[in-house]
Amino acid sequence: MTLIKTKIGRRAFIRTTTLASGGLVLGFNWLASCKNKTEEEILAMPKEWFEMNSYLKIGDNGVVSIYTPNPEFGQNIRTSMPMIVAEELDIDWKNVVVEQAPYHAEKYGMQFTGGSRGIMTRWEPLRMAGASARHMLVAAAAEAWQVPAEEITTENGVLYHKTSEKSAAYGEMASAAAKITIPEDVQLKEVRDFKIIGKSHKNVDAKRIVTGEPMFGLDYQKEGMLIAMIEHPPAFGMTLKSVDNSAAKAMPGIKDVVAIKSFKDGYEKGGFDTNAFPEIVAIVGNSTWEVLQAKKKLKVEWKPIAAYSETIAGFRGKETKNIPAGLESSASHKAKMEELSSRPGKIVREDGDPAKAFKNAAKVIERTYSAPFLAHNCMEPMNAFAHVEGDKAQIAAPIQIPSLIVPTIASGLGIPAENIAMEMPRMGGGFGRKAYAHYVVEAALISQKVNAPVKLVYTREDDMTNGIYRPAYQATYRAALDQNNNLTALHVKAGGIPESPLFANRFPAGALDNYLAEEWSIDSNITIGAFRAPRSNFMAGAEQSFLDEVAEASGKDPIQFRLDLLKRAKENPVGEQNDYDAERYAGVLELLREKSDWNQTPANVHRGVSAYFCHNSYAAHVLDIRMEEGKPVVEKVVCAIDCGIVVNPDAATNMAEGAITDGIGNAFFGELTFKDGVPQKTNFHQYQMIRMSDAPKEIEVHFVANEIAPTGMGEPPFPPIFGAVANALYKATGQRHYRQPFVTEKQIVG
Amino acid sequence: MASFTLNINGTKQEVDLDPTTPMLWVLRDHIKLVGTKYGCGIAQCGACTIHLDGNAVRSCQLPVSSIGDKEITTIEGLSENGNHPVQKAWLEIDVPQCGYCQAGQIMTASALLKQNPNPSDTEIETAMNGNICRCGTYTRIKKAVKIAANSANA
Ligand code: FES
Ligand code: FES
Repeated sequence: MTLIKTKIGRRAFIRTTTLASGGLVLGFNWLASCKNKTEEEILAMPKEWFEMNSYLKIGDNGVVSIYTPNPEFGQNIRTSMPMIVAEELDIDWKNVVVEQAPYHAEKYGMQFTGGSRGIMTRWEPLRMAGASARHMLVAAAAEAWQVPAEEITTENGVLYHKTSEKSAAYGEMASAAAKITIPEDVQLKEVRDFKIIGKSHKNVDAKRIVTGEPMFGLDYQKEGMLIAMIEHPPAFGMTLKSVDNSAAKAMPGIKDVVAIKSFKDGYEKGGFDTNAFPEIVAIVGNSTWEVLQAKKKLKVEWKPIAAYSETIAGFRGKETKNIPAGLESSASHKAKMEELSSRPGKIVREDGDPAKAFKNAAKVIERTYSAPFLAHNCMEPMNAFAHVEGDKAQIAAPIQIPSLIVPTIASGLGIPAENIAMEMPRMGGGFGRKAYAHYVVEAALISQKVNAPVKLVYTREDDMTNGIYRPAYQATYRAALDQNNNLTALHVKAGGIPESPLFANRFPAGALDNYLAEEWSIDSNITIGAFRAPRSNFMAGAEQSFLDEVAEASGKDPIQFRLDLLKRAKENPVGEQNDYDAERYAGVLELLREKSDWNQTPANVHRGVSAYFCHNSYAAHVLDIRMEEGKPVVEKVVCAIDCGIVVNPDAATNMAEGAITDGIGNAFFGELTFKDGVPQKTNFHQYQMIRMSDAPKEIEVHFVANEIAPTGMGEPPFPPIFGAVANALYKATGQRHYRQPFVTEKQIVG
Repeated sequence: MASFTLNINGTKQEVDLDPTTPMLWVLRDHIKLVGTKYGCGIAQCGACTIHLDGNAVRSCQLPVSSIGDKEITTIEGLSENGNHPVQKAWLEIDVPQCGYCQAGQIMTASALLKQNPNPSDTEIETAMNGNICRCGTYTRIKKAVKIAANSANA
């Protein structure tokens, strides 16, 4: 057993003085959210709960309620996080109910859904929460039975003392156990003893989802609640000049039309305070339809913004950002990207003597890849409930990082941060978009202004045209080959609007004697944000397409070509700062080669392969395309992933399938362009999303089995699919694909 | 303003509102049945799918004034206890990720199976293509539709 200090997660073990009664429940009855059980399996709720720590409480009847600390957006942590606690607590999963923890900085630290960090960062604290509660139950039993604690064993929620033949269910000992001091250190199970982790468990919310129960942010209801909508500038580079609210205000059901300003003057923004339109107009009324009608009557004048700089206090410290004035267009973006690509960039890494290697090369391959801005298009548009009363605020919003928006709300409202109570209902998708919670700030400000509980709802059009996009990127790769077609040097120069996508220390850095990485960026007033595997979601496609072309030029099998480079990186790495583990990287490729039957391409399909490392995990795909009337049909994707221990395999598989499908959709169709600052797509009649007919007919997901603590899962399978699509399309069409989106023809749907 | 008597999930409901109000908002704001989702408002995503006399329709484009005495079924009324064959298949396959699109997917799928109890893959794709799943659960949805078809035919 591993002895581990509980102090690592010390603050996570605070117990409230009163017994918890279901958290700061405002409107939803979270506890009713029992798992996907048959009627008979649902245990009666206990008469009394005993709180063991901030992650769990045990009922007098043995039901255990586990709080899941991070917000849920479809990654299924509401199942997998409690599984981790239940494992160490040693209980029967069918006696578990799951509750969403509210925002509580002291109890739960950073409640962060994003960066594929959830399971990775909570792995230890959740195990400790379960193990320390188990320890307390054992101590209580030892006390009650007057036997040494070491002689007590547990199984499935029952305490046993073999020699005295005593036994007690957890529920019976819970009251005494809750009085025991939380231990300083606890023993964790060995991986091989896991009974819950590593076995597929059904989504605890599935039953509620398929029966349409209220659970999403947009479903929030409260007595007396008004509906609010916003009107933001029609173009990036514009801001509010004046509003004539008379016509809108006179519309039926309308309570008020107010202008709001999201930041107080002098407020120093954090990294997730991105907001292209901090000054907007809000329409508030009784019902959504009435507000929508009034929105059409609103007369607002907008004016151009002046250029400005701002200091952002982000994760990487303080950064100054320059925001230019003007109305930007995709045509001028393209010209600027070409220009920057052709100039020397900022050198980020240089190994060996790349200039010499290129000079001496027998052959140089140079290719440029680009990808457009993308909108997240979560199916649930941005929305937030807020009720501000005096110096207190209640919030319920679909949000990825509550911890980072509370200071912004507090500043905007002029109230202390500790007076803000926040619930995190399920998000109808996030993909990075709901990490930028300006809509929550807006809801709070509107509620304060109109002095009523308010639910702010973005229309799809508001959502798609509000910014926080995946940036537009471009990368030029050059490879030097010697007489024998061996790769002797690699040069990458990458940039974007407004950030560079480059990861200079990722593969194939470390595998090449001569390597040069440069970057550039172009300032913009179009706002960007994290989008499922930020930067990687472009770099993987560019790099993996390029390596495919180089492998071909070298006359090598594309998988073997990568494995040879990885062998070099493992045995004799160049440089000290290589981000990836060459052995794990090679491991997924080997597993993929085996599972995809790589050497046996099925008849009538064209195969592409691609692999990538990001978010501490490794993912690789083989994608089979068949051409049908000139259109690509994805027959099958075989995927291999190394993300360490897989807590809930079927849920992880579902996520990988989603990442693959999402990636194919974005590679085929994803694109947002601009004209004079105006996004050229506003809704799904223009923005083509992947639909069932374009989704893979079959997806197979394989995990590398190991005992490494879990690493990222939601994002890693996404970036490499872009390369697999490009490489399969090449095989299918004979044409290399350099510019996303790859398939532009519009399909008719609806 | 006008008043309407609607037949929703087998219950008569009185509403008094703007006759142009789409059923989506009647359900969500007035009847407080929020299982039917808003995704686009222009009949492009399928999140708002309900049954009108058993046929799948996009409620965001369906003014309340056009309903008359037709029967409306929403996800909440699809079955007594989540035990419609389509819902059961969804649970068996554990289809949802975020879950937001799934009510609409289930309503479209259940209407399809009523009309065509044995759909081919292409027929499933054609029927389901109006429903976007941003999380990309399409392969599971298709599997679940087939399971539901088989279980209903068994
Ligand atoms: S909301 Fe009706 S189809 Fe999208
Ligand atoms: S499950 Fe999230 S949109 Fe379909």
